[in-house]
Amino acid sequence: MSQHPTAQGTPAYFIPQPMPWPIMGSVALFCMALGAVFVFNGMSGGWVSLAFGFVLLLYMMFRWFGDVIRESETHMYSKQVDLSFRWGMSWFIFSEVMFFAGFFGALFWFRVVSVPDLGSLLHNEILWPGFTSHWPSAGPGFSEKFSPMGAWGLPALNTFLLLSSGATITVAHWALKENKRGLLNLFMFFTVALGVIFLVCQVIEYGHGYADLNLKLTTGVYGSTFYMLTGFHGFHVTLGAIMLAVILARCLAGHFKPDQHFAFEAVAWYWHFVDVVWLGLFIFVYWL
Amino acid sequence: MQQFSARKSGQWALIAGLFAIAAAGSAHALVWNLQPAATKIADDIHSLHEYVMVLIVVIFVGVFGVMFYSVFAHRKSKGHKAANFHENTTVEIIWTVIPFLILVVIAWPATRAVIAQKDTSNSDLTIKVTGHQWKWGYDYIKGEGEGISFVSKLSTPRDQIEGTAAKGENYLLEVDNELVVPVGKKIRILTTAADVIHAWGVPAFGAKQDAIPGFIRDIHFKAEKIGTFRGQCVELCGKEHGFMPIVVRVVSAEDYTKWVDGEKKKLAAAADDPAKVWTLDDIKARGEKVYAANCVACHQANGKGTPPAFPPLDGGKITIGPKAGHIDIVLNGKPNTAMAAFAKQLNDTDIAAVVTYERNAWGNKTGELIQPAEIKALRK
Amino acid sequence: MSAVIDDHGHAKDDHHHGDHHHGYGGMMRWITTTNHKDIGTMYLWFSFMMFMVGGTMALVIRAELFSPGLQIVNPDFFIQMTTMHGLIMVFGAIMPAFVGFANWLIPMQIGAPDMAFARMNNWSFWILPFAGSLLIMSFFVPGGAPGVGWTMYAPLTVQMGMGMDLTIFAVHLLGMSSIMGSINIVTTILNMRAPGMTLMKMPLFVWTWLITAYLLIASMPVLAGAVTMTLTDRHFGTSFFNAAGGGDPVLYQHIFWFFGHPEVYIIILPAFGVVSQILPAFSRKPLFGYASMVYATSSIAILSFIVWAHHMYTVGMPVTGQLFFMYATTLIAVPTACKIFNWLATMWRGSLTFETPMLFALGFLFLFTMGGFSGLVLALAAVDIQLHDTYYVVAHFHYVMVAGALFTAFGGIYFWLPKWTGKMYNETLGKWHFWLTMIFFNITFFVQHFSGLAGMPRRIPDYPLMFETWNKISSIGAFGFGFSQLLFLYIIVKAITSGEKAADKQWEGADSLEWTHLPSPAPYHSFETPPAIK
Ligand code: HEA
Ligand code: HEA
Ligand code: HEC
Ligand code: CUA
Ligand SMILES: [Cu+2]
Repeated sequence: MSQHPTAQGTPAYFIPQPMPWPIMGSVALFCMALGAVFVFNGMSGGWVSLAFGFVLLLYMMFRWFGDVIRESETHMYSKQVDLSFRWGMSWFIFSEVMFFAGFFGALFWFRVVSVPDLGSLLHNEILWPGFTSHWPSAGPGFSEKFSPMGAWGLPALNTFLLLSSGATITVAHWALKENKRGLLNLFMFFTVALGVIFLVCQVIEYGHGYADLNLKLTTGVYGSTFYMLTGFHGFHVTLGAIMLAVILARCLAGHFKPDQHFAFEAVAWYWHFVDVVWLGLFIFVYWL
Repeated sequence: MQQFSARKSGQWALIAGLFAIAAAGSAHALVWNLQPAATKIADDIHSLHEYVMVLIVVIFVGVFGVMFYSVFAHRKSKGHKAANFHENTTVEIIWTVIPFLILVVIAWPATRAVIAQKDTSNSDLTIKVTGHQWKWGYDYIKGEGEGISFVSKLSTPRDQIEGTAAKGENYLLEVDNELVVPVGKKIRILTTAADVIHAWGVPAFGAKQDAIPGFIRDIHFKAEKIGTFRGQCVELCGKEHGFMPIVVRVVSAEDYTKWVDGEKKKLAAAADDPAKVWTLDDIKARGEKVYAANCVACHQANGKGTPPAFPPLDGGKITIGPKAGHIDIVLNGKPNTAMAAFAKQLNDTDIAAVVTYERNAWGNKTGELIQPAEIKALRK
Repeated sequence: MSAVIDDHGHAKDDHHHGDHHHGYGGMMRWITTTNHKDIGTMYLWFSFMMFMVGGTMALVIRAELFSPGLQIVNPDFFIQMTTMHGLIMVFGAIMPAFVGFANWLIPMQIGAPDMAFARMNNWSFWILPFAGSLLIMSFFVPGGAPGVGWTMYAPLTVQMGMGMDLTIFAVHLLGMSSIMGSINIVTTILNMRAPGMTLMKMPLFVWTWLITAYLLIASMPVLAGAVTMTLTDRHFGTSFFNAAGGGDPVLYQHIFWFFGHPEVYIIILPAFGVVSQILPAFSRKPLFGYASMVYATSSIAILSFIVWAHHMYTVGMPVTGQLFFMYATTLIAVPTACKIFNWLATMWRGSLTFETPMLFALGFLFLFTMGGFSGLVLALAAVDIQLHDTYYVVAHFHYVMVAGALFTAFGGIYFWLPKWTGKMYNETLGKWHFWLTMIFFNITFFVQHFSGLAGMPRRIPDYPLMFETWNKISSIGAFGFGFSQLLFLYIIVKAITSGEKAADKQWEGADSLEWTHLPSPAPYHSFETPPAIK
């Protein structure tokens, strides 16, 4: 843990010391990948490897972040390090945006290109007699009946929940900057709670889809895009909620200062990102 | 030092080059350009290619003329002192604009060629081409010959491929049933596929189109010469991708009419009566042929397959289990595997025959006989 | 593990001297290191190992193609070789090589002590060997490695065995590694520059990496999405690439190439950067147009996101689509032209010498341009209809990737080896390496233009007789090329173990910080205090 104050008093550099967490993380990812492959191919032992990798990953993250938090709380990070973290987080969120862009791209492709194409005259005549193009669609080869997920029930409520959580976290941030710790803790708690309720609603919605609407992952492209998009989003909400919970715990433990609280802000950015993705989902998956 | 290694390397190049050419020792004339064009489109492509090549060679000579001049004239060993100029906006604008203009000059003919290629309207004959792992299905769906339909696959014997027999002239470029089209007529080709993406292409026609499962795409060509033209599947489609050639025989209008008549007669003669009741030996013999034509590529002649990718049928769970399961997998295939649905490719008799054959060939001794009528009943 | 987990005892003494090993010894030093130089070295060695593996696969391909007929391998294994050769060369050899350069050079060239996120840097590297193992393990599972080509087109991928899943997860890990590495690089460049090192004073190598890292962050997640869809189509019954469910196999290609085309510039831009360091150094003259090089690089990066469908002219898109992608693609020739002309103007009236790095840079200039020209021919949709999926394409991309990226990687290693190790390589042997590589490269790949024009499809284990001559020549060239690389290994090992001492400023014309401000070998922590930049 080297902090090099320099002669000229320019911003000091921070060079962390060697640590075993990265390699542990790689081993964990490797075990998880291998385990998943075994599970998908019905071979024994897969779950063991998957679970081991997962636990190892959790442990690694716990220790790694623990070190970082300790370094942060013992004032080892200079302003420059803080700025590095900001750049890093921004670019990470950009990469996440591109990940979702791929899936949204798939959704638009189906709606605008492939389904209409499959329902065109030429395709009707030769390959898919009787298929008319419409959205939602599960494609010409799908013969069961299913109902699409409506927008104005749970999804609308979920939109409301997530948007509110965006507001509560902003209030919490403001409270932190004003050093109103009680308010901070309260609104952080609200934010986490809203996130969790969102997830509960989503689980209920999935149950509804499978049980009542005959809407499954296997329901053609509609089912595929619906579950993959909302599923990956839900996964990100889960991560975000866990991160929020950690931040809440740190708030309760008295971490962060009005002028130095990068971790808080990073999680807030992430949360807003998840919010925006949801808006896209609400509009293009549920509504239009 | 420099000179030394350059000279040395020059010798090397010479030696290596000679060695390579000597080692080649192939009896064939060197092919080194686009195949001779047999359609207007292919001709357009040739001229476009030549036109661009000329431009490129000119630019190339210019650019590397400058580089080599520099390399020879401005070397330190000759005592050349470095100038220190840099940044000159005028020069930089010039060398941005000139390439752009060259591109515009190229874009003009290139655009026209694209548009000509894409115009599939007013065709005289429409043929649907279906890519299968690893053969082509042809259905004449509009124009003279409508209703003709056959499968075309590699006819080069296996022993030529494995090197135990001398290779014939059209090695890997010959098929059992050639696509026959009339000369001077605009042929529209609709491509699709049954399993994975293939691509149908004949270089001499300047035609190439991916065959995409579940979708129809189209191209056209109008052959201007009588003759036989050969191509290959050009999209990776699995292990036998290198072994699914395309052969198109372009014939005169009269010959084409003759061919159509002959083909129609053959079709009528070959039409099987699905109500016919077969004996075990007859249908087994028929089944062996069907098997050799459709199944060997994966399951092998000895029925041993190449596990785990392609399961053995000799003693396989399904092949000696209840016949319903066996018929089902042949009719409907197994989704997401290479095992295709044969319901549309084979008629009732063929399916009954091949299933019967498999259940009684190699070590399989079920003794069961399946009649075409059973298959007919099972078809949805 | 217990011995390594407690790391608090070592904290006291690790920043007093420049050149000692932090805390851990032996293997653990390399496994846990946070030092950009250690990590750069590991990237480079990893890359070379993968190059040998991928190259050996190429030799299997070339051996089988020596004559028509099936001789050495069966069609199944052949296509597995092709697939893995492509994947390993691109993701295992070339990309890590340039990340290795980035690690070594960026901190030194911008006057920083290390990368911004030194621990994450370690992780980015150490994911690679595991990802590489997953790729190679796929050969040993039932069904073998996937035989789908490095582009992994659906729906062929759906037919593959579990090797496909291993490959998919390997791609995920490689993507994570690249994204983390790129975030690190972008942050380092944007935030760790020494005072006075403005963006427009950075060496071009740093600039090209800034832009490359941006391309990586934007495109890698898209690839991750594409292979994830493949995975769910395989195992969970989704229909992304299945027409019966309303999906479309062509969608996969769009997503893949939305990543894939930027990927090829990811491969070449750092190479441009290396050349932009080497040419001025041996011309003893500053780069002609620094600013326009920066703008050209940026334009290439922006354009690279709107040309992807030039790989898909034969899928049957509308005329307007073909024309749009044709125009956009050809437009890339303009900024590239700027670069080529800039390099020429840099050499013009310089005082040129021809040490090995310079030879490789010139080789690059000459051959990359040829590859660019064949790219331009392919860009013309009408002509590409003839040439798509033939050996002409194979020739094109080996000219840009082998003579483009690989040559510059060699050149860069010769160029910076003195700085990295403090030792000089043997110049005569270096020249031998260049000339052998240059000649055999052309023997191998030039003739592929001919077989491609005449219509030889790629990814086939056996071919019609008319292509025999070219294939024979190509195979002979490939073996020559491959074995010439053993000489490279020898030269490097020899230099490291018993090379002559290198000077601090080994090259007369080199002017970036690592040459002007640091001794050879560069100390473990380059700039503990920021250097003064004029
Ligand atoms: C380093 C990697 C790299 C680079 C830099 C490039 C650069 C270019 N590539 Fe290439 N390409 C690949 C790697 C690369 N490519 C790969 C791997 C594939 C195959 C993938 C697969 O299918 O497996 C491929 C395939 C590929 C195709 C698809 C072929 C097909 O499958 O049918 C096309 C088509 O347009 C293409 C075009 C181009 C063009 C126009 C450039 C341009 O950027 C080139 C620009 C350069 C110049 C033009 C030369 C220098 C310029 C001058 C001297 C100025 C004057 C010139 C003029 C005005 C003309 N490439
Ligand atoms: C930058 C990437 C890169 C590099 C460096 C190379 C390098 C080489 N490639 Fe590459 N190639 C690709 C990227 C690359 N390739 C891609 C992306 C594809 C497309 C794949 C696909 O279709 O999906 C491809 C496809 C491809 C094909 C077409 C295969 C097919 O369509 O079926 C061929 C055929 O000749 C070929 C040949 C070669 C050769 C001879 C080399 C040589 O330059 C390699 C020389 C190097 C060595 C030989 C190793 C050196 C070391 C030794 C020899 C030491 C001995 C070894 C040990 C002791 C272990 N490659
Ligand atoms: C393109 C390759 C291919 C061709 C051609 C092919 N099959 Fe198959 N076949 C497969 C594959 C792959 C499977 C395994 C499917 C699975 O995973 O269960 C299979 C499975 C089978 C099975 C079930 C075997 C078992 O025990 O699981 C039968 C029976 C069968 N095929 C019959 C046929 C017949 C009859 C033909 C020709 C008319 C044929 N196959 C042509 C690839 C092929
Ligand atoms: Cu069919 Cu390749
Ligand atoms: Cu491209």
